[in-house]
Amino acid sequence: MRLPPLITQRIAVALMWILAGVALSILAFIIVFIFYNGLPNLSWEFLTKEPRHMGREGGIFPMIVATAYITALGLSIASPIGLATAIYLTEYTEEGVIKNIIRFGADCLAGIPSIIFGLFGFVFFVITLGLGLSVISGALTLALMVLPTIIRTSEEAIRAVPQVYREVSFGLGSTKWQMITRVVLPSALPGIFTGIVLSAGRCISETAAVMLTAGSALSLPQSVFDSSRTLALHFYIMSREGISMQNAYQTAAILIIAILIINIFAYWLMRRFISRLSVS
Amino acid sequence: MSLQPMNDNTKQNNPDIRSKIRVENFSAGYSKSLVLKNINLTINKNERLAIIGPAGSGKSTFLKSLNRLNDLNKEFFYNGKIFLDGVDIYSPQTDIPLLRRTVGIVYAVPAPLPGSIRANIAFGPKMAGIKDKARIEALIETSLKAAFLWEEVKDRLDTPAFNLSGGQQQRLCLARVLALKPQVLLLDEPCSGLDPISTAKIEEALAELKSQYSIVLVTNNIKQAARASDRTAFFLMGELVECDLTSKIFTNPSDQRTNDYVTGRFG
Repeated sequence: MRLPPLITQRIAVALMWILAGVALSILAFIIVFIFYNGLPNLSWEFLTKEPRHMGREGGIFPMIVATAYITALGLSIASPIGLATAIYLTEYTEEGVIKNIIRFGADCLAGIPSIIFGLFGFVFFVITLGLGLSVISGALTLALMVLPTIIRTSEEAIRAVPQVYREVSFGLGSTKWQMITRVVLPSALPGIFTGIVLSAGRCISETAAVMLTAGSALSLPQSVFDSSRTLALHFYIMSREGISMQNAYQTAAILIIAILIINIFAYWLMRRFISRLSVS
Repeated sequence: MSLQPMNDNTKQNNPDIRSKIRVENFSAGYSKSLVLKNINLTINKNERLAIIGPAGSGKSTFLKSLNRLNDLNKEFFYNGKIFLDGVDIYSPQTDIPLLRRTVGIVYAVPAPLPGSIRANIAFGPKMAGIKDKARIEALIETSLKAAFLWEEVKDRLDTPAFNLSGGQQQRLCLARVLALKPQVLLLDEPCSGLDPISTAKIEEALAELKSQYSIVLVTNNIKQAARASDRTAFFLMGELVECDLTSKIFTNPSDQRTNDYVTGRFG
């Protein structure tokens, strides 16, 4: 027996509402749980002071700096390489076996667990290149880790630029490079930027890879060759080793706020960029 | 303006002082299919040449061969020669961006680039290396006036080009090409998607432009060819059947097939 179409539709819609509600409420629950445990005792001092007694007391200022440092450095290494690769793949190579192999490789790399990247970074950057447990080792490792994401999102964004724009640009007497820089990239930029922001989120929340490459020093990094501890790793150590659940929750709350701020900022920047593009 | 400033002896190849583009034994196609078969045709200075013919007769391929836009298609091949002012445009020394500025094209579908009206017109001159803002502003105004669009957009040059109507967008595309200061204008069915009033405006602009440019107008609209051209070429299945004064083509063509086509017996 079949139900009447109108009833099926109602059931389907109700089911979708419930499932979407479950997904959202899990997310909301995690955020509320962390904020409930982390925010009430959060103080200005916690954000601006160095930790004392292995993090049992004091603040997390060095971890905030280290996280920003490693993320910014990692992205500024990975973004130009990723973007250049994406441009090469979309504008300069023919569809074919080699291109598919590169794409397949990027997809595989994107799926490798971060601990493997951490292990590679430890063996290669830390030991073989002698960079030691340091900000630069961590940044290089994270750069490798997010590179596939940046390549693939940039590639999709560039591919989505209508072919007719390219033809028009050539028709108006532009060279290929002018066509890429003046027509294709401006149109693809929001998509490229989204990929970079997603990567920023992954860098900030990465734990395993930085533990093996950037180390876990508690002091403020003075240069890229100093070892330092990121927020996510600090949270892990605080909770795993039972040093201070209180400080672990506070660190987690800061981590979530940081990611929220970055996403909001990214959306703001993207909207501003799109409106600027369509007017200028 | 010469595409190959190094080559001085090319002028003697030019048999007719009135000719702007000379196509000699030109065949072309994509991959394995031959689209154009041994075309011989001369396009004169200050004339409007209409190209008519049923769909699939090679009109667009011919048009895009004249400024090497077919080169973008990897499967394109050609045989024969095309001379612009006596200079072979398919020679390896050709400055292709300069060729495309000299022989500008307007496509069938209006295709503004993202950005404002002003940015759309300034694009070509900027790519050509013009940096002087006053000069670009002057180009924007004269081009828009020549395309009969200035009065409609002069107060909103900084609004997105996508906000214009279809007919206005097509005139913007025409203005955008005029800003390149071309010598030849190629129009690939420029009015195919437009209403009669927009079409009339484009034809009006073309009549004015004739004094400064050679115009090649591909059209599916036979009446438009009769109205808006001095000579007409009839293409069929990749062959040039005949090319003659428009008045002759439409009243007393030499070839029976031309007669059948212009009287609406097929196509």
